[in-house]
Amino acid sequence: MRLKTFKIGGTHPPECKFSERAAIEELALPTRAVFPLGQSLGAPPVPVVQKGDAVKVGQMIAKGEAFISSNIHSSVSGKVVAIDDCIDASGYKRPAIIIEVEGDEWDASIDRSPDLKRTIHAEKEEIIAIIKEHGIVGMGGAAFPSHVKLMIPEGKKCEALIINAVECEPYLTSDHRLMLEKGEELLVGVKILMRAVEVKKAYIGIENNKPDAIAHLTELAKGYDGIEVVPLKVKYPQGAEKQLIQAIVNREVPCGKLPIEVGVVVVNVGTAVAVYEAVQKNKPLIQRVVTVTGKSLAKPSNFYVRIGTPTFMLIEAAGGLPDDYGKLVSGGPMMGKAVTSLDIPITKGTSGILLMTRKESKRIPVQNCIRCAKCTTICCMGLEPYLLSNLATCNDFEQLEGEGVMNCIECGSCQYICPSGRPLLDMIRTGKGQVGKIIKNRNVK
Amino acid sequence: MNDIMLYSLITLISLGVLSAVLLYFVAQKFKVDEDPRIDEVAELLPGANCGGCGYAGCRALAEAIVKAESVEGKSCPGASEAMDKIAELLGIAAPKAEPKIAVIRCHGTFANTPKKIDYDAVASCAFAHALYAGEGGCPNGCLGCGDCVASCRFDAIEMNAETGLPDVKENCVGCGVCVKNCPRGVIEVRHRGKKERRIFVSCVNTEKGAVAKKNCAVACIGCGKCVKACTFEAITMEKNLAYIDFEKCKLCRKCAKECPTGAIWEVNFPEAKKEENVEL
Repeated sequence: MRLKTFKIGGTHPPECKFSERAAIEELALPTRAVFPLGQSLGAPPVPVVQKGDAVKVGQMIAKGEAFISSNIHSSVSGKVVAIDDCIDASGYKRPAIIIEVEGDEWDASIDRSPDLKRTIHAEKEEIIAIIKEHGIVGMGGAAFPSHVKLMIPEGKKCEALIINAVECEPYLTSDHRLMLEKGEELLVGVKILMRAVEVKKAYIGIENNKPDAIAHLTELAKGYDGIEVVPLKVKYPQGAEKQLIQAIVNREVPCGKLPIEVGVVVVNVGTAVAVYEAVQKNKPLIQRVVTVTGKSLAKPSNFYVRIGTPTFMLIEAAGGLPDDYGKLVSGGPMMGKAVTSLDIPITKGTSGILLMTRKESKRIPVQNCIRCAKCTTICCMGLEPYLLSNLATCNDFEQLEGEGVMNCIECGSCQYICPSGRPLLDMIRTGKGQVGKIIKNRNVK
Repeated sequence: MNDIMLYSLITLISLGVLSAVLLYFVAQKFKVDEDPRIDEVAELLPGANCGGCGYAGCRALAEAIVKAESVEGKSCPGASEAMDKIAELLGIAAPKAEPKIAVIRCHGTFANTPKKIDYDAVASCAFAHALYAGEGGCPNGCLGCGDCVASCRFDAIEMNAETGLPDVKENCVGCGVCVKNCPRGVIEVRHRGKKERRIFVSCVNTEKGAVAKKNCAVACIGCGKCVKACTFEAITMEKNLAYIDFEKCKLCRKCAKECPTGAIWEVNFPEAKKEENVEL
């Protein structure tokens, strides 16, 4: 049988899924947890605690007041020691809430029992309200507030729910382990989401390099109506929303539009499990699975971590910093971002911590473009990366917009494949930022 | 045969005469009066089209000058002597424009701001600024990728490989294009000053003193000593950062002596030996 996949471009980088067999371990509590306020997309939430306040696990510490904004809950119990600027992953200072940990006292309303709760009592509006209240965001990396995604705009109808279990990024295995270990919870979560967007059909898209997860979920899904597991051909960037929709339901999302335009809502596996915990167990998003991996790391692992835990704790638990450590990347090797310090906290969107060796972390010297057209062939959006990067270099924003720079999903395939080591995506990103600003100003006028 | 020749000739000649007359009247009707002085003025301008004057290019400036019959409020940063010549040409008084120069308000050299991380992505300040705080950790300082060098039309700024910072050469005209292209706002256009002597705070870091000092040995820590030392009220303090107003500054050098970190930078002054040497 031919496996489904998206149509244009794509590549298959070496998988390197070292931590695929490592069961999820719960990590010890940190001594101090840091919660950056801008950890999800949209307006940063406003702190509702003050310095010196005692907080419990699960207590709301910042409230998102804007439409696209999400609440933050404390993942530890203790005392708020500061609401101050803190260095984030990029090295810039951003406001954060810092909590000194004392004990582990949970909010009484949270159900901590491991029992599975199958029956769903909540109705559509209630589910969305709970998701908003409990600060659930997309856990694939972008951290887009989930309640916004689930609110179907007037006049649109959702026809299918797609669960993104692709995990096409090399190295990362957090979603894979979650599917194997929390399969039932995931499926109940999917059911809840199906009720929230009122659909009868949900697809779980899994790449074919995870046969155990496909078999496990297919078996479990027999007990749930309308959930279908779709094995997909292994191809990067299949986990990108637009590519996944094309692969599974063969619909194309128009430029600059959201998936709901073609009647689809896409939700990540981690998010679906978080939704289960929020709706059935009343537990806010305070913990997540993070893959800690790397070629020279002693023990690549998957940890169940409290949000706000500093990164070095995870690295220590995975065998410590290796000698030939060169670069620390938050996320996967393709789309992840290099971070500047080991102290930065795990946020809602951190799916993995990747330690690159010194050799891996060096880029190859930049040479001239040899017009091999590999970047054009690999681009999954049908763009011409060499042209876009050249236009961005000479600040020709008008033509850059005309060439469709705003469609770029920044998957990094072009830069990965370029035999001349040209910084294609770097320049495209710079240009895209500028064009974005120009479009925004134009719309204001 | 002859008839055909004759008729053709008559037709063609009469057509030609008719068109000539028509064209003459059309030319009279739609005549565009262009002041010949515009060309002469444009000739005197450098022709770099840097945009530093505020007009789209050198010709646009020439048009504006001739139209207004005045050079008041219009200056070409590229050539101050050009303005004198233009004024002479138009027979009007030349304005007194203070010559200007761009200064780099950051002294985070490799020695002063030790590297904490290696950056090997594209050499573009705009990209680096969006990505991270900088190799030395200062979120406001120079990134050293040379966007200013690339933008300069006068070849007046170049990267110094030893310090990792750009150096402004003497031929800088102060047009301010580099200022616009610096994502960090490190560059400022200031008066060249008497005998090319300048004093400025060579730092743009707005963090609290202790934090700034941790990253950079010569950061302005916002202690305010210079503000107190200044007798001309030329120094203001905003967001932990001192700023010397070049309009008010009398180059007395008192502030530089007070600065505990050496963030106040003196250019082209003789070595401070005796009090007499100080220019007031």
